[in-house]
This record gives sequence, C-alpha cells and structure tokens, in this order.
Amino acid sequence: MRAFSYEKVSDPAQAAARAAEVEGAKFLAGGTNLLDLMKLEIERPAHVIDVNGLGLDEITETDEGGLRIGALVTNTALSADARIRRDYPVLTRAIAAGASGQLRNKATTGGNLLQRTRCPYFYDTAQPCNKRAPGSGCAALSEGAFSRQLGVIGTSDACIATHPSDMAVGMRVLDAMVETVTPEGMTRTIPLEEFHLLPGDTPEQESALMPGELITAVTLPAPVGGEQKYHKVRDRASYAFALVSVALIRQPDGTGRVALGGVAPKPWRSAAADAELPNGAAAVMAELLGGARPTEENAFKITLAERTLAAMLAEE
Amino acid sequence: MKFDKAAGENTLFDNAEVVGRPTHRVDGPLKVTGTAPYAYERHDVAEGQLYGYPLGSAIGHGRIVSMDAEAARNSPGVRAVVTTLEIDPLEKGMNNVARLFGGAEVQHYHQAIAVVVADSFEQARAAASLIEVEYEKGDPEDYDLGAAFERLQGSGEMDTDTGDVESALSGAAVMLDEMYHTPSHSHMAMEPHASVVDWSDGDRMTVWTSNQMINWNHGSLATTFGLDKEKIRVESPYIGGGFGGKLWLRADAVLAALGSRAAGAPVKVALPRPMIMNNTTHRSETVQRIRMAAGEDGKLTGIWHEAASHTLPDGRGENATAQTPYFYASEAIRTKHHTVSMSLPESADMRAPGEASGLMALEIAMDEMAEKLGMDPVAFRKLNDTQVNPSNPDQRFSDRHFVECLERGAATFGWADRNTAPGATRDGQWLIGHGVAGAYRGALVLPSGARALLEGGKLVVETDMTDIGTGSYTILAQTAAETMGLTLDDIEMRMGNSAFPVSSGSGGQFGAASSSAGVYAACMALRARIAEELGVEEPEFREGRVIAGNTNRALSELEGEIDAVDSIEWGDFQDEYQMATFGAHFVEVGVHAGTGETRVRRMLAVCDSGRILNPVTARSQVIGGMTMAVGAALSEDMALDSGRGMFANHDLAGYEVAVHADIPEQEVIFLDTLDPVASPLKAKGVGELGVCGVAAAVANAVYNATGVRVRDYPVTLDKLIGGLPPLG
Ligand SMILES: Cc1cc2nc3c(=O)[nH]c(=O)nc-3n(C[C@H](O)[C@H](O)[C@H](O)COP(=O)(O)OP(=O)(O)OC[C@H]3O[C@@H](n4cnc5c(N)ncnc54)[C@H](O)[C@@H]3O)c2cc1C
Ligand code: SF4
Repeated sequence: MRAFSYEKVSDPAQAAARAAEVEGAKFLAGGTNLLDLMKLEIERPAHVIDVNGLGLDEITETDEGGLRIGALVTNTALSADARIRRDYPVLTRAIAAGASGQLRNKATTGGNLLQRTRCPYFYDTAQPCNKRAPGSGCAALSEGAFSRQLGVIGTSDACIATHPSDMAVGMRVLDAMVETVTPEGMTRTIPLEEFHLLPGDTPEQESALMPGELITAVTLPAPVGGEQKYHKVRDRASYAFALVSVALIRQPDGTGRVALGGVAPKPWRSAAADAELPNGAAAVMAELLGGARPTEENAFKITLAERTLAAMLAEE
Repeated sequence: MKFDKAAGENTLFDNAEVVGRPTHRVDGPLKVTGTAPYAYERHDVAEGQLYGYPLGSAIGHGRIVSMDAEAARNSPGVRAVVTTLEIDPLEKGMNNVARLFGGAEVQHYHQAIAVVVADSFEQARAAASLIEVEYEKGDPEDYDLGAAFERLQGSGEMDTDTGDVESALSGAAVMLDEMYHTPSHSHMAMEPHASVVDWSDGDRMTVWTSNQMINWNHGSLATTFGLDKEKIRVESPYIGGGFGGKLWLRADAVLAALGSRAAGAPVKVALPRPMIMNNTTHRSETVQRIRMAAGEDGKLTGIWHEAASHTLPDGRGENATAQTPYFYASEAIRTKHHTVSMSLPESADMRAPGEASGLMALEIAMDEMAEKLGMDPVAFRKLNDTQVNPSNPDQRFSDRHFVECLERGAATFGWADRNTAPGATRDGQWLIGHGVAGAYRGALVLPSGARALLEGGKLVVETDMTDIGTGSYTILAQTAAETMGLTLDDIEMRMGNSAFPVSSGSGGQFGAASSSAGVYAACMALRARIAEELGVEEPEFREGRVIAGNTNRALSELEGEIDAVDSIEWGDFQDEYQMATFGAHFVEVGVHAGTGETRVRRMLAVCDSGRILNPVTARSQVIGGMTMAVGAALSEDMALDSGRGMFANHDLAGYEVAVHADIPEQEVIFLDTLDPVASPLKAKGVGELGVCGVAAAVANAVYNATGVRVRDYPVTLDKLIGGLPPLG
C-alpha cells in the first residue's frame, strides 16, 4: 500500500469537485474492494475521499412509482428492505447470493457497481494485465493460462475479464438507472445498460463515469411484477463468484427478461434475447450468447447458461 | 522405555478413568478468547520487534540478473533490505528440496528473493514493491504430467511386484483399465507460515514460529545458518493448522532470521496469502493408471497401480500407490511411482501423503469393478478383505477391522435403501446418489520423549510435542493424569519448545500414538522415582495418592520437586506386523439436473484406529479430514499456468476450499478397537485417516446420482453437464 492522503467531505457535489481537483483521487465507500486492492498495490490512489456520511444511505420512493437507492445503502440494507423484497425480489436474491454476510454489511450500492474484476492475473502484479497496467498485455490470453472463470462474450483481444457483481445483474434485469453528480455540480442519469463499458482496446476504462463523477443513487422503475428468480452457479455452495448467474423475470404469459452474470465484462442482456423467452432457453441463449468467443477452459459456460435457464423455466 | 512386546491384557489404560473420556480441549478457552499466543502475535517475547515483508520471484524458473533495492532502502521506516544476491545459497535443511534463499538461481515462482525490514508492516510492504528485479527466464518447460506418465509407464524397477500380474490380467473374467487424475492441492492452513526471530547479535538465535516438528526445525535452522544447535531455541506452542505444510523449515523463519541479523533487532515475517501456494510446499498432482482383474466370484486376482507426480529434482513427490500393496487381498500386485522433475514449487507431504490421492483413484476403481461384477460395492470390498499383508503374506495386520467398518457403516447409513440405478432418484431438480469408499492409512510411530515433574501434587509435563489444532495438549494431559492417578486439573502441559525433551512431533498421524506413549514413559519413570524416594515397591497411584503396603500418601504431601525424563523407543517386534488404520465412508449427494452443481447431503465415517484417547478431539480430526476431502472431491485445484510454470489461483478466493454451506451433517463412529502392537496405550492415529477415501465416496455418489463417471478431480460441473439426463 502506498501512502495516501485522506479527506472527508460534507456533500456529494463537493466530493465530486474535490475528486476532479486532486490528482489520483478515489472515493472510499465500504472499502471492501478498494482497500484490498490498495494493499495489493493494484490501486494506488494518492488521495482518498470518504463518501460515507453524506446522506446517501436512504431508499426513497420516486414519483414514477419506483425506488431511489442511495449510493451508500449497504447491500445488507438493500436486500432486506421490505419494498425490495416484495416488488423486486430478483434484486434481493442476487445480493444475497454474493459475498458473505459480513462483507454485505459493509459493501455499498455504488461500490458494488464499481468493484473490479476477479481475474487472477489482474491480482498478480508480477504478471502482465492490460486492465491493471495498460499496454502490458493480457496474461489470461497467453498459451497455457488459466481462464476457466473468465468471460466468453463482450470480451476483446486486450481483455477477457468479467464483471463480478451479482447485484448489478439483478439491477440490469430491472432496467435500473444510475444517478450521478459531476465535478461541476450537475446531475445526470445513466441507464445501467450503458454504465459498464466493454473492454475493446482500453480495458482499464470500465464505466461511463467522467473523472471525479460520483454515483449518488440507483433508481428502479415501477415494479414489473412477474416471477423473479436468480440462480447463481458456482463450484462451492457459498462465498464464490459466479461461473454463470441468471436473473429471470417471467410474466404469466411466458414473456419476460433474462440477464446473465459471470460471462461478460458487464451484466449481459439483450432485447432480442428477452423476446425469445417464450421459445425457451435454447432460443434465448442463441440470441444472447450467439457471438461468444470462449477459451477452451471456459466454453462450458455457454452450455451451463442454457441449462441453468432451462432448469429455472422448468421449476414448479 | 522400550516397547518391545505387545501390550498385555488389563493394562492401566484398559480400566481408564481419564483417557478415552470425551474431554473438551484444555486450550479451548485460550483459543476462543484470542489469548493463545500464535507466532505472529508474540509481541511480548522480545522488545523492539520490526516487520519483515518478503518479495517473491516473478518468474517460474531461471536466474536473477540484477536487483535494485535502492528505492526500497530509502523508503520511509525501512531499517534493512536483504536480497538473495547478497547471500550465498543457504544450505538446505532436512527434507527441504527447494533452496529457501540465497544466490541467483530461481527454482520456482514466488521463491523468496528479498526481505524488507521496517518499523511498520505497511512500510515494509510498500518498500518491497519498489525493488526492481531483472530476470533471465529459463527455457520453456513441459508441465504435462499425463504425457510424462505415457513416456514412463512400465519403466524402471517396480516398487512392489508380487505374483504374476500380467497373466492375472490377461486371463481375467472381469478386467478394468482406467486412468485417473488428481490436481495439485494446497494445505491452506488458516494461519499462514509465520515467525518472529531474534538473531540481533548474529550469534544466539531465538525463533518463535509455527511449526509441526520442533526438533527437525531446530536441526534445519542449524544447518541452514551453520550454527551450533545449542545456540538456537525454537518455540511453537500454538499452530493454526499445519496439514504437513509446516513440517519443515520454510522461508518465513529464514527471512526473519536474515532480517533480524541485518537490522540488529527481532523481526517478524508472515508469508502473505498469495505466496502460500507457490512459495511453500503443496501436494503434487497425480496421474494414475489402475488395472484390476477379478474372477466371476468377485475375488481380485491382480492389481497393477502405476502413478506419476511432479517434484523438483531430488524430491519425493506424492506416491499415490502407497496403500495398494496392503489394502485388498490379491495374489498378484504390482505398483510403481514415477517422480517427474518439473520446475514448479516444491511438492511434499500433505495430510495422508500418498494414500489421500491414491485412494481418490483406487476407491473409484473399486466402485467400477463392483459394477462390472454386478456386485454391491460394500459386499465387493468385504469379499476382498485380508488379515495379512497381501504383498508379504507372512506378515499379519496387527489389528484390522475393515469389514466391521463397512458393516457398521452400511447399517447406520441405511445402505440397503440406497439408490441403486444411476440417475434414478430425484428430489425436485436434484438427482440423488449414494457412494461408499474404503479408507486405509499406515500407523507409523516415532520415538518420543517427555519430562515429568511433580511439585506440591501438581504435575508439569514438558515435551517439544506440538498441538497443530489436533488436541495434543488435551490427550497428553489425559495420559499423564491417568498414569499418575491424578485429575486433569492437576496437570500442566508445556509443549512446543526445543528446551524440552524431543518428541515425535505432529505429522503422518504418528503424533497421538507416539507422544502419548512418550508421556506415559516419562510418568512411569516418575512413578519409579517416587517409589525410590519413599522406599516402597510397586506402589499404586490413584486418586492423587501413592499406595504401597503401609504407605498411603497424598502426592501433594511429598516434599520438594521430583522429576524424571524418559522416552518411548519402539521395538523390532512391530516389524513382524503391518500396522495401519481403516475406515469406511458413506456419502449422499444431490446433483442439480440442470447445472451439475453437486452438494453433499450426508456423510458418515466409521473408523478403526485403536483406542480413541479422546472421542471429542478425535471426532474433530475426522470431520476436519472429511471436510478437507469434500474440497478435494469437488473444488480444490491449484490451477497450473503451464506457460508460466506457476499456480495462478493463489489466494483463498481462487483456491476453493469447502465452506460451511458445503458441509452437511457429519457422523463419525469409532469402532471400539484396541491395537496392542501399536503402542502401550493400544492407540493409533486418526487425523489422516479422516481424509482418506472420502473424496472417492463423493465421486462414487455423483456417479450413482447421474450415471456420469468422472475420473478427473475435482468433480466440477463442467465435467458433468455434457452427460446429464434431459431436464424433466
Ligand atoms: C471475499 C469477497 C467475496 C466477494 N464475493 C462477491 C460475490 O460473490 N458477488 C458480488 O457481487 N460481490 C462480491 N464481492 C464484492 C463486494 O460486493 C464488493 O467488494 C462491494 O460491493 C464493494 O462495495 P464497497 O462499498 O465496499 O466499495 P469500495 O471498495 O469502497 O469501492 C469500490 C470502488 O467503487 C468506487 N466507489 C465507491 N462508491 C462510489 C460512488 N458513490 N461513486 C463513485 N465511485 C464509487 C471506489 O472509488 C472504488 O473504486 C466480494 C468481495 C470480497 C472481498
Ligand atoms: S483478462 Fe483482463 S484482467 Fe485478466 S489479465 Fe487479461 S487484461 Fe488483465
């Protein structure tokens, strides 16, 4: 860990302004990801701006009949909220499938969206990684590398890492929007669909946020009802990132939505795939994973995604 | 005390009042209150401790051309930096295969190449990342163990060659010939390797460490640093798990010592979790070929087990054939273990070295043979039991109740009502299956000593024996109390210190049987001393009193200190027997019909391992072994990057050990057996037996659930989904 300065600010706009002003600044929310990465010298912020205590920890109702979730609402509070459990159960299920109780007590809504990949080579500073050290190469794509956990679609020749969040997959299937404040004090709204960027040639750029821009909230539109499920598949029963996860909302008429985790650099969903839901899992996955470019080690994720959805659809 | 003939009837321990009673561990309160002093937290033992942080090699093998530690030396708080280029290659300690430090050669990834010493941990860690290293990579290597096995099989002198295996196989009514694979496994003890070392004056050295074998460690430190053993003291009273990973001297102590000498102050070093996998030792991957022949009657007529594992030059690897010469009756048995030299981190012992991986394969093969024969797998194993060593029929087993293990287990588990047709039992979307496997693990014993000291009715026992979480403090206190006619409250155990008599140490499941016999020997010597003091013959010791003829005195009334030192020596008569421990494991799993996720639902172990000194701590050992084996069966896999010659998933997020949610109800039954040949207490170890065979029972249950036979561990869903029945 490198030495850094620490600052507490009094309101969100000031946080954003200060972050833009000070070179190498980072926001600190729950710290469950940032502090780990700092200890490993993967993140080396020169300045840390603590965004706790800015009043961003509430869940309120929106005029449109949805919910606004403050960026500092913890994963525990969010998954346990009665309105979420009643009207957006897929989100509760997705969050509860992630990390552990202790981590969810600290993890926040904004921090969760911006948690970084779990690619093993990203974590090993002795190895090349375009995401960690732009231009150094991608260790995961070299001959003999270990890529079982990594992405199969939306990846590039520069990076095949996945976005590891479960919460984000639940939010994506609910058409969530991200609210921010910019260093200039302006607010803006970014659909979650556009929030995470695909790696292309610049895998170090992971989100649509501008330098200094702070997430203030995530909003959910009015409830869409239907049957809502989240199935996270992994090698052990708990405390592991998804090999594949499927978020499903199905209406009584068989229509609905599907989003995938564990396969791509962002929660993976498409309108064309949603439209195939009445035709079954194979049809959905043909659309959703049609362009997949897996490695030999992770090609199973394509079959797995289809079988997982099929099982969810077949469940009584 | 020489143990030179089998223990007789009605010994002290056959009528025991303390030994064998369920007793919670005496060190439990210290552990749950966080006051048991583990190595890295020995803040009080030496003033002015500094923090050392290691740097590991970034290449798998090759040479270091240059190192620039200037920036690190000038970094805030830094007191000293020692790089590998400044130190001549250190001598290797006992059983160390990889060199721990010194010189330009890199033998494996994350080999220690520098230590930075600073006032704070954070300063040391930050400075370590500033060291610039220029490497010259070694030539690319082939890490394909399967290919190496293909080249080597059949070559060299066989390790066991009894009877005529080839004709048994060629004429067999039923034959099996399959390949099996187990990946490399990491011990991943909760407590990382850690040491505080005070070698400030470059002369006398004190080492507070986490090590299973005090005496080996002591000797290795002397060899490594060219010091007289007398100048070194080693303490390791509490150890947060070892599993064989802490049998030898490792880099933590070496770096702390070098750092201490350089900084002129005590230094502590803990290996960071990412270095545990590639810097310390691991259990090697194995490739195994098993051929078996049987007659129509189900009797085995031939077993040919050949295996390969990787190691650095001169290492022993992982001999997966270890159990095969002894476990099942067969007139013809052939085994061979090939070690394959590879520039990977050092492979060495891990809990039940040999048997753990060997039974993962052999016990699947037994399941497959039973199926080919159309026999129940429990009945097939019972039929092939033996009371003599099949590769040396003149040698009997000292005590073997494998058949009883299978029978008790089958009855308790409800084996008769199991799923019999693969894929035929469902619970919603889960396919349910049942599996069984046998367990075998040798019962080694080593010499073990102790000192017993009586003062004011209290008994202090000193021995360098360690407690690696196993319960040694408790069983040794029980042994001492029993022998002296005292209660547990009267005993103070002092352990894990090179100032005390040399014991067996903890490893190879030899610790409990050996060290309890050593404490027994010391206490018997003390009884003789007391008799001498009182001038009486053959006194009885009970209820805190010494009684002989007209003499009847409370031990607490004896004046002054009386002490005795002795150790147990093992007689040759034991060689006339094959000594081992046995078990049977029964497992129920659910496999998700859609995703192939496997979840264990029920586990039962039945163990035959002689007298159980303490059912509470013994059960903990066995369920811990079963838990470790669930990891080995379903998720643990050191992911080899064959381009880099390193294990890539080097933390606890990437290397998936079983977590609470993976472990269901576990039941353990100990058969009420006594082995008079094994030790004066008629006891054998149990800590490694618990891990043996379990993974195969899981794999067999998965087969039974799905009809998909996986011979390549871990049994992960990607190996199952292709063969699962359609979703219904
Ligand atoms: C052992 C372990 C297991 C885990 N398992 C899972 C799992 O199974 N599934 C899963 O989904 N997650 C898992 N996680 C990840 C966990 O969910 C994230 O670490 C957590 O959600 C991050 O939230 P935080 O508030 O702690 O973020 P921090 O660590 O504080 O911040 C993370 C990043 O977000 C930025 N940031 C934080 N808040 C804002 C804001 N308001 N605006 C702009 N930027 C911001 C920070 O600058 C930083 O870059 C696991 C984590 C650990 C350590
Ligand atoms: S996949 Fe991405 S994160 Fe992983 S090594 Fe390659 S560039 Fe880095």
